[in-house]
Amino acid sequence: MPAGLTAISAPALLATAALGLAAGVGGYAFVYAKGYSYLTNDPAACANCHVMQGYYDTWRQSPHHAAAGCNDCHTPAGKVAKYVVKAENGFHHSLAFTVGNFPDQIKARPSSREVVNGQCQHCHAEITHDMTDFGKDEAVDCVRCHASVGHLR
Amino acid sequence: MIETPKKSSARPALLVALAAAFAVIAVLVVALVANVAEHKREAKVPTVRVVELTEETDDPALWGKNFPQEYDQYKKTAEMTPTRFGGSEAVPRVPTSDDPREKVSRSKIDADPRLKTMWAGYAFAADFRERRGHMYVLEDQLYTKRQQVVKQPGTCAQCHASTWVAYRKLGDGDLIKGFEKMNQMPYSEAKNLLKHPVACIDCHEPKTMALRVTKPGFLEGIKALKASQGVPNYDPNTMATRQEMRAFVCGQCHVEYYFKGPEKRLVYPWAKGLKIDDIMSYYDEIKFKDWTHKETGAQVLKAQHPEFETWNQGIHARSGVTCVDCHMPYMRVGGTKMADHHVRSPLLNVNRACQQCHKWSDAELKDRVETIQLRFKKLRDQAMDSLVALIGDLKAAKEAGKSDAELATARYLQRRAQFYLDFVEAENSAGFHAPDEQVRVLGESINYSRQGQIALRDPSFKPTVAVVDIPATPPAPAPGAPAVVPASAPAPAAH
Repeated sequence: MPAGLTAISAPALLATAALGLAAGVGGYAFVYAKGYSYLTNDPAACANCHVMQGYYDTWRQSPHHAAAGCNDCHTPAGKVAKYVVKAENGFHHSLAFTVGNFPDQIKARPSSREVVNGQCQHCHAEITHDMTDFGKDEAVDCVRCHASVGHLR
Repeated sequence: MIETPKKSSARPALLVALAAAFAVIAVLVVALVANVAEHKREAKVPTVRVVELTEETDDPALWGKNFPQEYDQYKKTAEMTPTRFGGSEAVPRVPTSDDPREKVSRSKIDADPRLKTMWAGYAFAADFRERRGHMYVLEDQLYTKRQQVVKQPGTCAQCHASTWVAYRKLGDGDLIKGFEKMNQMPYSEAKNLLKHPVACIDCHEPKTMALRVTKPGFLEGIKALKASQGVPNYDPNTMATRQEMRAFVCGQCHVEYYFKGPEKRLVYPWAKGLKIDDIMSYYDEIKFKDWTHKETGAQVLKAQHPEFETWNQGIHARSGVTCVDCHMPYMRVGGTKMADHHVRSPLLNVNRACQQCHKWSDAELKDRVETIQLRFKKLRDQAMDSLVALIGDLKAAKEAGKSDAELATARYLQRRAQFYLDFVEAENSAGFHAPDEQVRVLGESINYSRQGQIALRDPSFKPTVAVVDIPATPPAPAPGAPAVVPASAPAPAAH
C-alpha cells in the first residue's frame, strides 16, 4: 500500500469514497440530463423535457418567434431575479415530471403569470405605459386576450 | 494531544452517518438517471412490436401486446360513470340462462314513460336503456329485450361487433359481399361469426396504425353525401384528410340509419344532406317508415343516434374540432403522447378534453356545458309533452270514428314531430353537439305537434309543410329474397 494512504483512517477513506461516488454519479446525471443547457438562453433546452415539446414547436411558429425566446417571457429582467425564477421553475418542473403528478394541459401558476405579464410590459413599455398607469389599482393581464402570441397550448 | 474517549468514539459514528447520507444521495441520483433514461427511451421508441398484426388479427388483446397503454385505456370503456345528463349507472341484475349479464344500465323508458307512448307498438317501447361504453356493444345487442319482440337481422352486427375480418371471410375476401350476406342472416345466426365488440382493427390499419374506415354503411353513406355535393366516387380512405378521419372513424357507427328493403341493407340516409330536414325529406321521398304507431295509426320513424350528423351542424365541427379531440384527447404517459382510448364524456376529463382550447377553470367549463344541456332538457320535455298530447288527441279522434282521410294531416304531423324530437332525444350529447341547431329542431317538433292538434279540430287548416302520403304496408318483397322477418311478425326489425 502506498505510504500516503496508510496515513488516512479507514472511516475517512470510506467517507471520501462515498463523497467521490456521489459527486461522480451526480456529475454524470447533470451531463446526461443536459443540466448545463438550462444555464443558457436557448429555447431548445426547455424542450429537453418532453412535456415542453409542443410548446416549443408552437413557439417556433408564433409571432414572437423572431423577437423572444422562452426566457424573455418566462423569467424576469435582472440577472439575479432571472436565475432565482429559473431555479424555482426548474425545481417545480423536474419534480412534477419525475413524479408524474401534473395535468396534461399545464396551467400557469399565479406567480408565473405575473412574470409573463411583467415581461410583456417590460418590452412593450412604450405602448403599455398609458394603460398600466391608468389602471394602477388593478393588475393588467395581457395574456388573457393575447393568449397565443407566445405559443399555442 | 490526548483525545477524550467521548470524542474518539463519536468520530467514526459521524463518518458512517456521513457515508450513509452520501449513499442515499447516490441512490436518488441513480434513480433520477434511470427515470430520465426511461423518458428518453419512451420519447424515442413509443412502441415495441411484440406480435405481428395482420388483416386477420381481430382480437384486441393481441394488439394490446404491442400497444399496452392504448389497450388498457380501451378496456376502461367498461367503466360506467354517470354525468349530470348522460353516461350510465350500473344496475345489478341476477343472471338468467337467456341473459348472463350481471349488471345493466338503467331503463330510460321506466324513468320517462312518455317514451313508451312515443314508441307504442315498436320494440323500443319494450326495452331502452342508458348508453354504455364500447366494451358492452356486443353483449347489450345480444341480450336486449328488443330481440325477443322482433327478430333482428344480421345488419345490426356492423356496429355491434368487430366485423372487418368476419365480413371479408364471409365474402371470400370481398368486404361488401360479406356485408350483404350477413345483413340477410338472422342476428341469432350472424352472432356465431362475431367474437369481439368494436375493436382496434375496425379503425386502424394493422401495419401503420393509420386511421381508416372499414364499415360498409359509412363508405356508402359518405359516398352518397359527397355525390350530392358534386364529388363523384368519394372514398374516405384515399381522399379524406387526417383530421377528417378523426371524425369519420366515429361516424362509422354514431349515425342515423335504416334497413333498406327485404335484403335489410344498412343505409345512412345522407343522399340529400346531413341536416334533419334533408334526412326527413329523404325518408318522405322513399316513403319509408319504421313502424305503424299502435295508438294513432301514423306511419312513423325511429331516429337512432345521429351524433355524426349533429356534430356536423355545430361550432366545434365548423372550427375543425373532431370527435377524437374531445372524446379521445391526447394524454401523456411519461415521455410519450397518445390518444386516450378510454372513449368517454369530456365532462369526465375536462382538463384534457376542453382546456386544450378553452382556458377556463374546470368549474366554469362544466357549468357552461350544463347550462346548454339544462336548456335543451327543458325544451325536450316540452316537445315530449306536446307530442304525447297530439298522440292523445289523435287516439281520441280515431276512437270517435274519424276516417283515415280526416286523420291523414295530423298523422303526418305526428310523423314529423316524432322524428324531429327523436333525432335529438336519441342523440348522445343532451343538446351539446350543436346547441342552437338542436334547440331549433325541438322548436320545429313542438310546432308540428301543435299544428297536428289544430288540424284535428279544423279540417280547413293548412300546415306549414306539405302532407306526404306514406303507405301503411311496405312494398312487397322482391321474389326470391330471403325472408328475414317471420311472416307472423310483419313489423320491420327494430335497430
